[in-house]
Amino acid sequence: MVQTEIAALRFGLGARPGDLAAAAADPRGWLTAQIKGAVALAGNTPLAASDQIFAELTAARDEFQEMKREAASRSSTDPKSTAAPAVNPVRDSYLRHYRAQVLARAQSAALTTRPFAERLVHFWTNHFAVSADKFAVIGVAGTLENEAIRPHVGGRFVDLLTAVEQHPAMIAFLDNQYSVGKDSELAQLAARRAGARSFGLPRADAPDKPKREFGINENLAREILELHTLGVNGGYTQNDVTTFAQIITGWSIGGGKGRLAGGIPGRFYFRDNLHEPGAKTFLGKTYYEGGQRQGEAVLADLARHPATARFIATKLVRHFVADDPPAAAVDRVARAFLKTGGDLPSVYAALVEAPEAWDAGMRKFKTPEDFVFSTLRALNASPEKPEEVVRSFELLGQRQYTPGSPAGWPDTAKSWDGSDALMHRVLWASRIAGRYERGIDPVDLAASSLGAYVRPGTVTALRRASSSTQALALLLMSPEFQRR
Amino acid sequence: MHPCHMSTRRRFLVGAGALAASAALPNVLFAHTGGSARLVVVILRGAMDGLAAVPPHADPNYAGLHRELAISAPGAADGALALDGTFGLHPSLAFLHERYLAGELLVFHAVASPYRDRSHFDGQNVLENGLAKPLGSADGWLNRALAALPRGHGAERAVAISQNVPLILRGDVPVMSKSPQATADVDEDLLARLADLYSQDDWFSARLSEAVQTEKLADEGSAADGQPMSAPAGAQPAMAAAPNSTAKPAAADRISGVARMAAALMRSEGGPEVAVIEAGGWDTHANQGGARGALAQRLTGLDKALRTLADELGPLWPQTAVLVVTEFGRTAAMNGTRGTDHGTGGCAFLAGGAVRGGRVLADWPGLARTALLDNRDLRPTLDLRSVFKAVLDEHLRVDAKTLATRIFPDSSGARPLQGLMRA
Repeated sequence: MVQTEIAALRFGLGARPGDLAAAAADPRGWLTAQIKGAVALAGNTPLAASDQIFAELTAARDEFQEMKREAASRSSTDPKSTAAPAVNPVRDSYLRHYRAQVLARAQSAALTTRPFAERLVHFWTNHFAVSADKFAVIGVAGTLENEAIRPHVGGRFVDLLTAVEQHPAMIAFLDNQYSVGKDSELAQLAARRAGARSFGLPRADAPDKPKREFGINENLAREILELHTLGVNGGYTQNDVTTFAQIITGWSIGGGKGRLAGGIPGRFYFRDNLHEPGAKTFLGKTYYEGGQRQGEAVLADLARHPATARFIATKLVRHFVADDPPAAAVDRVARAFLKTGGDLPSVYAALVEAPEAWDAGMRKFKTPEDFVFSTLRALNASPEKPEEVVRSFELLGQRQYTPGSPAGWPDTAKSWDGSDALMHRVLWASRIAGRYERGIDPVDLAASSLGAYVRPGTVTALRRASSSTQALALLLMSPEFQRR
Repeated sequence: MHPCHMSTRRRFLVGAGALAASAALPNVLFAHTGGSARLVVVILRGAMDGLAAVPPHADPNYAGLHRELAISAPGAADGALALDGTFGLHPSLAFLHERYLAGELLVFHAVASPYRDRSHFDGQNVLENGLAKPLGSADGWLNRALAALPRGHGAERAVAISQNVPLILRGDVPVMSKSPQATADVDEDLLARLADLYSQDDWFSARLSEAVQTEKLADEGSAADGQPMSAPAGAQPAMAAAPNSTAKPAAADRISGVARMAAALMRSEGGPEVAVIEAGGWDTHANQGGARGALAQRLTGLDKALRTLADELGPLWPQTAVLVVTEFGRTAAMNGTRGTDHGTGGCAFLAGGAVRGGRVLADWPGLARTALLDNRDLRPTLDLRSVFKAVLDEHLRVDAKTLATRIFPDSSGARPLQGLMRA
């Protein structure tokens, strides 16, 4: 009865005018036709790639150092001048890219004709979350989505996983680039050369600092296991975390100096001289030395592990069906994952086939992302200014690419349903309504965006509203528009 | 009164230096009067390094393990602020140190929730759900405590200073949420019509009426203060186009804005007695810094926020306790990237005019290789629930049976500490 609406609203990103008609003939077929292959950005905002951004960043950093030197020499001769430069070209450069990526993301969500595939891109971005509140990540948070996730969202999980863990944004976010094996070539050399100080590592060459000692950082290894593959109860120990961290020592970003020269700035680079050599036993299996391939072999095994299948299936069903994921649907999706070795279109097809996903009743309370994107689609609008998108998400409490933690944004209503959050939605809805009310009939808009889900009481309220602006705000804040 | 039930096998440290000062204050000022107690819980998400915030500078293994992240003994350049002979405070925590000297700060060390793995997210769940396990409860211990309180003077007992309610405050008792971002200019007629539209939907209806009530309270609070509360200086990131935590001073000020809002709401007529504040950014895996640097900036922001809270609570401060906690500590040794990885034991603070402070409560296990948990972490010797129970018992007067059964089930091993609050 409401199968079309479920396809467009729960699986998709909300209906643009005409979407419901397009999906009506075969709602399931409309979905499955979207899920194979890469998902390109819809829209027209030009974006720079990670390597360009890193190259620009290096130039900006040099410029900033020069500015600081100049300012310091000025202040030593003229006490009135300030020591710190007023602008930071590194931050400027980063923020420009951040804003462009946020705008491009909103345009793509607003315009795409593959909204189910686009939602899956967002799902994986949140699963493999990096957060732009870490300075090193601001300019490249969006490139992880566009360079690692969009090409592989309709492929195999192992390829998606490997692309993500080798993306410079992930490596920088979880600090793996300077994680060094104790017996690596670099650490050995340092041990032999007592008193040697600089190997080109940042901040290692200050003469008053103690001699640099090398070791691992277990951040990336732990989060791959806990958040990206097995899940926190997936059966690994602290020892497995430490061993895995040793296995992926050397997974780094190109473009250092001195003994860390090598690779292309802003691209994945395996630094053999940081890698902890030798065979290692992880989760009871021995992985022989193979440099970069040692870690890739672990990822390949993790990608088809039953715990991974169950963890991913649970998250998918929670996202697409209900906060409390029905066990039967989780089983079905996990089975498809295991049976196909993580072939993602087969996994998505199993999700679409789950009868639990087609129960009438809107069980998911929209996140701010859902709310903004479905509003743009309902209004047949696409944003043109980055500030408008950036500020919208700040107001609504879901700053884009900034979940604050590697666990990503929460995916259940109780994390988004505070009374203050609701008030912010009302504020945003009334501002948007003021911007877009011209030429819009709110009752027609209710029908084209919500179809059979519109309640008679809502139509009455829209007709009685004191202005079309108020009617539009009421529609956007109606319970049926706030859920999917 | 011996404030601890634990074995005496190890050295038990109580810094008594500041007790004399507090004893001189007339006790009548701090008398308990039913619902007058105020509690603020500050949750530091990301696992604050307890060995940097409260450096055990006299432990013979501390400097060797924590290396360039270690804080020197008091008196040295950039050294710790002195507590007792063993522990100090990070030099960024000047306000907390003042409170310690005034007998208004308790410092707990080698403390942890019952959680023994190293996931932030499970660790935070355990910190907030009050159970021994991360799953199994959709509500938080502080909400269950609210349910057990005698009737207070306000309709809403507690507020989360954020758009949404964190786990610790979720549950059967309705709780306000209010963030420092202004919502005051929402049209009243629109709100009235929405209330009508929501009349068939309890879920939306409840939230909207709560939001409207909170808005009123906030208006009254700001009127009483004579200053606008909804947009405290530096706490309004919405119109800057940047992710605001990229600007470090702004991030520090933001916590102060949140603290100011908590205080103003608590001071308003019929305002909440309990508030929860959250602050992120403590997950210092790389380039943590020592007396200065990334962690020092966070600590400075926290210290400023606590000072703001005390200043703004003003006359309520003598009946206030502020509990500062984090999900777990960090590794005793510096890692390979000048930071620390996820650990276990750490520190916690209890500050406020109602606190019998000026003491460090720590059954210190030491940092010798054989003393560490799993060869890497400070071994916890005190269960955080022993602190929580003591605060709920002595400060909010929750009865012992409810504490042991409904609020912290399966916590018989964590008996409440005693004598944390002024009698």
